[in-house]
Amino acid sequence: MPKRVLLGLLLACGLTAPALAQEPKTGGVINAVIQPEPPGLMLAQVQNGPVQMVSGNIFEGLLRYSPKLEPLPELAESWSVSEDAKTYTFKLKKGVTWHDGKPFTAADVLFSMEMLKQTHARARTNLAQVDKIETPDDYTVVFTLKQPFGPFLGIFEVGSMPMVPKHLYEGTDWKTNPYNNAPVGTGPFMFKEWQKGSFIRLVKNPNYHEKGKPYLDEIYWQIIPDAAARSVAYETGKVDVLPGGSVENFDVPRLSKLKDTCVTGAGWEFFSPLAWLWLNNRQGPLADKRVRQAIMYAIDRDFAKDVIWNGLGKVATGPSSSAIKYYTDDVKKYPYDPAKAKALLKEAGYKGEKIRLLPLAYGETWQRWGEAVKQNLQDVGMTIETIATDVAGGNQKIADWDYDIAFTYLYQYGDPALGVGRNYISSNIAKGQVFNNVEGYSNPEIDKLFADGATATPDSKRKEIYDKAQKILVEDVPVAWMLELQFPTITRCKVKNLITTGIGVNDGFKDAWLDK
Amino acid sequence: MKQFWKSMLKSPSGVIGLIILLFAISVAVFGPMLFPNSPWRMVQRPFLPPFTLGAVPLGTDALGRDVFAGMIFGARVSLLVGLVSTLVALLVGVPIGAMAGYFGGKVDDALMRFTEFFQTIPSFALAIVLVAILQPSIYSIVASIAVVSWPPVARLVRGEVLSLRTREYVQAAVVTGQSNSWIILREILPNALSPVIVLASLMVATAILLESSLAFLGLGDPNLISWGYMVGAGRTVIRQAWWITVFPGVAILISVLGLNLIGEGLNDALNPRLSREGR
Repeated sequence: MPKRVLLGLLLACGLTAPALAQEPKTGGVINAVIQPEPPGLMLAQVQNGPVQMVSGNIFEGLLRYSPKLEPLPELAESWSVSEDAKTYTFKLKKGVTWHDGKPFTAADVLFSMEMLKQTHARARTNLAQVDKIETPDDYTVVFTLKQPFGPFLGIFEVGSMPMVPKHLYEGTDWKTNPYNNAPVGTGPFMFKEWQKGSFIRLVKNPNYHEKGKPYLDEIYWQIIPDAAARSVAYETGKVDVLPGGSVENFDVPRLSKLKDTCVTGAGWEFFSPLAWLWLNNRQGPLADKRVRQAIMYAIDRDFAKDVIWNGLGKVATGPSSSAIKYYTDDVKKYPYDPAKAKALLKEAGYKGEKIRLLPLAYGETWQRWGEAVKQNLQDVGMTIETIATDVAGGNQKIADWDYDIAFTYLYQYGDPALGVGRNYISSNIAKGQVFNNVEGYSNPEIDKLFADGATATPDSKRKEIYDKAQKILVEDVPVAWMLELQFPTITRCKVKNLITTGIGVNDGFKDAWLDK
Repeated sequence: MKQFWKSMLKSPSGVIGLIILLFAISVAVFGPMLFPNSPWRMVQRPFLPPFTLGAVPLGTDALGRDVFAGMIFGARVSLLVGLVSTLVALLVGVPIGAMAGYFGGKVDDALMRFTEFFQTIPSFALAIVLVAILQPSIYSIVASIAVVSWPPVARLVRGEVLSLRTREYVQAAVVTGQSNSWIILREILPNALSPVIVLASLMVATAILLESSLAFLGLGDPNLISWGYMVGAGRTVIRQAWWITVFPGVAILISVLGLNLIGEGLNDALNPRLSREGR
């Protein structure tokens, strides 16, 4: 049955080879910032950003993903896909134990799927394609799908599908299980203590299944609520790692210039956050495609990248981030061209009707970005009124379709079927929810392309479909794509190999070591 | 009136205050005509230090916007908010205080309990809550500043009216059958006005500070530039670019100082006891 056997181990060796140039040293303690304080650490039940970041050390998934989003082995050591692309067979790694010493087996995988279907919204959607899961032996798991689902190998990362211990959770009330407060996983680090409002302490798992790893003895996740205090904590040496988004962008250049400081934008490829402006396609001037195109020409996105994001990130070319599969830049281009924007507005008969702009209330950077975009649009003759609001209020307005232009950014999870289509297909127009097709774009051709794209085989066929979808969307401008965001991770240079995969800091510190 | 100006101009603080206020007002009125460009326009590279380019004498902010233009346009918003909200507070506070003082009894009790209700809530906290609920806009900001600043006016006017109420000329007016509103408006209020004017000048200063504090916390009108907004937006980058915060901060300081000096001068000029001693 297995025709295409992907030898994941080979890939893994290829990835870690450059790291071998310098022999990792064992020992040492890392202090990292976690912002904000996570609401819990039981990854299968809460999945906020900070939960993923801390718990990625405690739990593991079947797979992890390289910066190019190729699957790499974690708890599964190899996998194969049947010819009809409907049966996926995973071989689990032998000799893996939970932090309490019990062995990890296929029964745990089966149990985890059962729990995740109830407690993890995204996992539930991803698993909806699965017809049945079987475990012929203790180290084999077979997923049979209802129909071929192209991105299936992309849903096994720790944050999307963490493995939970069956022997501690079976038959208990999952929500009140005492192990939620002291989680037990298979990961490189074990939970030790959590002083609320102060720090979370993880210690080395001495029985970790990758021999010799992890290199560090302990990780302290420091909880510091104020952005300015976080950068000061780094400057004074209290913390060594500032994960993406934990300091304001304008502090990044200053901190980067400090002695022995290394900055990287890597480690977000799997999430590939893409920022755009929701454009309400339903009403007013924005219902006209030419006005939406004019907005694309009017906004100086290079300025936003260079000034507001301090040169980090990339100007977006369309609905897909360049980091995810089937991305194409062979689409209509929208350079900064105010004259063209003015001409388009004139052609569309725009007469200065008032347009409301909703910035994102995520801090200074987004406020400044809102002001810059407003100025860009006013420069081409649009009348813009900024609506001040908080995060919840903004979400509410967007969900109720009570806006004209609104800032947002969303994760894309490596595959257009997982993270792109949801924002453009008409079946996802549902009032009251925030992250679906709130712009109200409806195009039967796009609906069909995304439906076909998810199930088509082989890859080349999928690429063809998504290329076409991207071309159509970029011509229609249902939303105004701004930037592929990068959240820089700032570390002391003595922290080595912190980010080795496309999941970045959320993938745990198993490869990280300190050069003392 | 002549007497008033004479004693006003005699007090040095009053003169300095007047000069500052006149300067600030003329900047607010005529400044934007000299700088027709929007203060939101990105004109130069960001974080340009002051005194390096003639075109942007006070440097640029995080987006490359002219700090000097922001100061000039900000003067308009800050002064306007200060004056209008004080006016609104007076329109609410004076009648309430006058009625409470004049009618006394149950009317007084009811109105004063109502006033105390507002006085017991910390004014800045109330202003924040009001603006947050009403959504930040120039109207909600003026309204909330007025709401938190009228109670002292009402208390002051009530006290004045209470003492004037028993004066003989008021008694005489009552005896001759004048209507209550006529007595309040024509006999009592004109004589109770001087302390109110002094208080009002200080209230404008407080209102400017309140508006700045609200804008500093991100509760300013997002469509208008004000000094408080500039300080608030520049605060986080103060270690890289001090000028974004310092210049509007100094503007707030000087105009509030000017208004306080005027208040002092007015007090000297309007207080009969003080001016008699001076002579």
